[in-house]
Amino acid sequence: MELDLWAQLPSVLPEIGLTTLAVVVLFADIYGSPATRRNVVLVSAVGMALLALAPLIWQPDPALYENGALLWGGMVNYDPLSQIFKVMLLLAGALACLMAAGDKGVGDKGEFYLIVIVATLGGLMMSSAADLILVFVALETLSIPLYMLASFRRGDQRSAESGMKYFLYGAFASAIMLFGFSLLYGFTGATNLAGIAAAMSAGLDEGLVAVMTALVMVVVGFGFKISAVPFHFWTPDVYEGAPTPVTAFVSVSSKAASFALLLRFLTAVFPADLAIAGVLIQDFWVNLLVVVSIVTMTLGNVVALRQSNIKRLLAYSSIAQAGYTLIGVVALQGADDSLAVASVSFYMFMYVFTNLLVFGGVILFIAKTNTEEISDMAGLNRRSPWLALFITIGLLSLGGIPPAAGFFGKFFLFQAAVHSNLVGLALIAVTNAIIALYYYLVVIKVMYVDIGPDDDKPIAIPRFYGWSLGITALLVILLGTVAVTPIYDWAALGAAGL
Amino acid sequence: MEATGFSILTAIIFIPIIAGVVILFLDRKNRDLVRGVGVTAASAVLALSLAVFFGYDNYVKTDGGLIEQQAAMLESGVELSGAQMFVDALAFEQRVVWVESLGIAYHVGVDGVSAPMVLLTGMVAVAGVLISWNIEDRLREFMAFFMFLVAGVFGVFIAVDLFMLFFFYELAIFPMYLLIAGWGWVKLREYAAMKLTLYILVGSVFALVGAVAMYFAAGAFFSGSGADVFEAAVASGLLPADSGPYSWSIVQFTLAAENGAFGIDILGIEGLSFAKFWFPFMFMGFGVLAGVFPFHNWSPDGHVAAPTAVSMIHAGVLMKVGAFAALRAGVQLLPEGADIHLPWMVFLTLINVVYGALIAFRQRDFKYVIGFSSVSHMGLVSMGWATMNLTGMTGAGIQMFSHGAMTALFFGVVGMVYDRSHTRDIPSLGGFMKVMPWVGVAFVIGGLTSMGMPGLSGFIAEFPIFQGMWAASEQITLQLGAFQLSNYYSVIVIISALGIVITAAYVLRVAGQVFFGEFDAERFHDVGNIEMTDRIVLIILGAPLIILGLYPPIMAPMIESGIRPLIALLGGG
Repeated sequence: MELDLWAQLPSVLPEIGLTTLAVVVLFADIYGSPATRRNVVLVSAVGMALLALAPLIWQPDPALYENGALLWGGMVNYDPLSQIFKVMLLLAGALACLMAAGDKGVGDKGEFYLIVIVATLGGLMMSSAADLILVFVALETLSIPLYMLASFRRGDQRSAESGMKYFLYGAFASAIMLFGFSLLYGFTGATNLAGIAAAMSAGLDEGLVAVMTALVMVVVGFGFKISAVPFHFWTPDVYEGAPTPVTAFVSVSSKAASFALLLRFLTAVFPADLAIAGVLIQDFWVNLLVVVSIVTMTLGNVVALRQSNIKRLLAYSSIAQAGYTLIGVVALQGADDSLAVASVSFYMFMYVFTNLLVFGGVILFIAKTNTEEISDMAGLNRRSPWLALFITIGLLSLGGIPPAAGFFGKFFLFQAAVHSNLVGLALIAVTNAIIALYYYLVVIKVMYVDIGPDDDKPIAIPRFYGWSLGITALLVILLGTVAVTPIYDWAALGAAGL
Repeated sequence: MEATGFSILTAIIFIPIIAGVVILFLDRKNRDLVRGVGVTAASAVLALSLAVFFGYDNYVKTDGGLIEQQAAMLESGVELSGAQMFVDALAFEQRVVWVESLGIAYHVGVDGVSAPMVLLTGMVAVAGVLISWNIEDRLREFMAFFMFLVAGVFGVFIAVDLFMLFFFYELAIFPMYLLIAGWGWVKLREYAAMKLTLYILVGSVFALVGAVAMYFAAGAFFSGSGADVFEAAVASGLLPADSGPYSWSIVQFTLAAENGAFGIDILGIEGLSFAKFWFPFMFMGFGVLAGVFPFHNWSPDGHVAAPTAVSMIHAGVLMKVGAFAALRAGVQLLPEGADIHLPWMVFLTLINVVYGALIAFRQRDFKYVIGFSSVSHMGLVSMGWATMNLTGMTGAGIQMFSHGAMTALFFGVVGMVYDRSHTRDIPSLGGFMKVMPWVGVAFVIGGLTSMGMPGLSGFIAEFPIFQGMWAASEQITLQLGAFQLSNYYSVIVIISALGIVITAAYVLRVAGQVFFGEFDAERFHDVGNIEMTDRIVLIILGAPLIILGLYPPIMAPMIESGIRPLIALLGGG
């Protein structure tokens, strides 16, 4: 295939930009003066935020992606689904850098930003990968930096333990997933996602068990990345042990990128009409994921009820959120999958900002008070009204209360489920949403109602930090009110490229 | 129907929201400024809602007025279209497309049922701000959240888009939680606030799933077998020109209901129609907030635990939000389901009326008496909906307004007594008429209203409800095995009239023990008369009870015009 460089370049522009940014940050950190080093955070954050404009400026051509055209030798998708996820990942990276800025032992080291940039690069590649090889490379480019980040506070035992745990689980999951990939390759002789599907539908009457095994193995790998039950065990420990800015970053980027890839993988490799030996493969993975989704959200929510540590609470909450999001993935079974794809993309888009907002607030709280217990947040409204308000907006969004973005996010998911005749699943999900609201409200209650011993000691928010939180909070509100239409419509386009 | 211009209703929603945000940014030590912004916003909203209420008739520009037009349609014997009548009755509309691809719009408007509710909300908003004048603890946050609560309540009443209705419904819940948990009665507030919030949310999210199912059923109908109905409606201007088959517009749902879109069988079971299956979710989902038995349990605790202003808005307005949404999203959109389910749900409302009154009678705590009396009176509203005829439903509409003002007045009275005496234990109070004559008179007016004394609004609300039940009883029989109970509605009327007697008993008991009898001058030596702000509260809430009682035509025909489309949908004349 002839390579038309200029036509193909925009599809990987953010990736090229990120690589450049990584090199710049690396050199600035090593060779720069102390003043330059202090500005590394700004260079990284602003750089990533600017790169987030690239997918908006260079929009893909519908004529190409609707026909499934791939770029760079069949490696890369260039479609709205990848674009929207790239934007949210870049913004997540930028915000994570800003929120880490003041953190001792994390934000004052230049390599932190370098690692965040590289991890984001992996996430970006995941959202557009079209080939098993690139899928795996991207996954590892995302994962390995995250293991390093989790153990970033080397002197801190909890951080080291968290990193080690994350790495062991992660390596194991990657290995299982890779084994699944190799089975798929072995039976079809193709590494291209669409090519695998074509080969399977062309004639694979014998390989039903092998394909199912491969499918299950791949789902296990994804289950680990998005912390779905029963592959969630690492989540609370890693979230609790890792430095809080890292937890914030891990909780959003790894999850968002994985959902992008999961949507693409399932629709491309196991399309609706694929039947082997008379068995519809889609029915199998839909049923599998329905069960995973129900168990994940229920377990996440029920266990979260018992948590007294805010980071562990948010860890279980993020497990539950993965369960909700899986509803959108399951809803792909419907005739018209644009609702399902749009609901997942929108949910992740708002989840990225929501979770960063909550974590951003919690990071500051922990940094100022040196405690992670929910009961110690008592009276936060009196100590810092704005901090309490920001955390509250974030928690409300997680709980799905308007005008925060979570209301629309959940609504779109439930709508997609009902549209795909999954009314029962929708009812289970709304019941779960109520359980979840209980523990979010308890945290809010503690901040606004309870009286703590330190009520008279105000917590000052650094100006710069306050602005980042304020803008994130504003985004969460906007995504729940006036900005719904553009983002949702953009997300709905994503189905066209699948 | 062109409705794109700016509507006064938009101002009614956004003034409290903007005021709330502004208050959050004020200096917390500047209490006068916080209160000033709050009271200005609330007064502005009250003025606008008065304009909506009194301007409604003039705004609905039809020859000879809406009511005459509807009467003429009935006379002429043409086939009535509930959807068309509903659209004709809408005033002060504004429509802005919100999420175009899903047919969600910001669409506001009032009809004859919601216009009085808007007025009620305006009244209670001002009263709530005034009665919270001297809150010590974090006044700034209190005022801001109160403003958000008011905005949410307004939003539900004026929504003509079902999604928007849900949006504002959920929007109202969170500030309410925080107000009760943060500023309520210390002993009970955390438990009561959480219980109330979870009860209400459970109801609403199940209703939301039902609404999503309706959205797809109606959409499938309009893009399939009902395509001609849809095109005709767009051509005639019933639906806006830019609407698609899938839409959240209540008008469009009503049209779908009228043309049998919700009569389809679901789950593959013959006879289990869509409407039949989902009606309980929609009606009871919102009925939770209206305190329908057996989902009333949150309400007395919630009312007692809440700070006075929140009790007022909660019992006064929020329970009406539930009853109103049950009517709008339940009865209006799934009339076939209403036909089947309301005749048995009426028993639940009967339990509300009698059981609520009986428990109220047994309470020692002044505030619990009022809390349970709300359960009892709201039962009458649901009972009025269940009559499914013009008389009874109009009565229920009036009862919503009457009870709203009355119960807000009651909670105001309780708050004023409690703030000065620091006890709500009825036996230990007494003789307060001497020191707080204003409050005593207000309580007596409210009490007489609540027992349905002619000349006050309670009478013109409750009498039509019973009349409507009696009228409806002719077709309603109950078969229990071999035993046939004929005309059981008339039995219900008789039993629930008993509830009114019990009401009289507890009102007189409280009045006698709290406001008359011995005054313990030693214990209550520092109890004095009330301030100007409190008097304004009593006037704002008490005067409408008398005005409406003496001159029902000020509101009754308006509500009747709002009920008529529903009657047409329910297949009545």
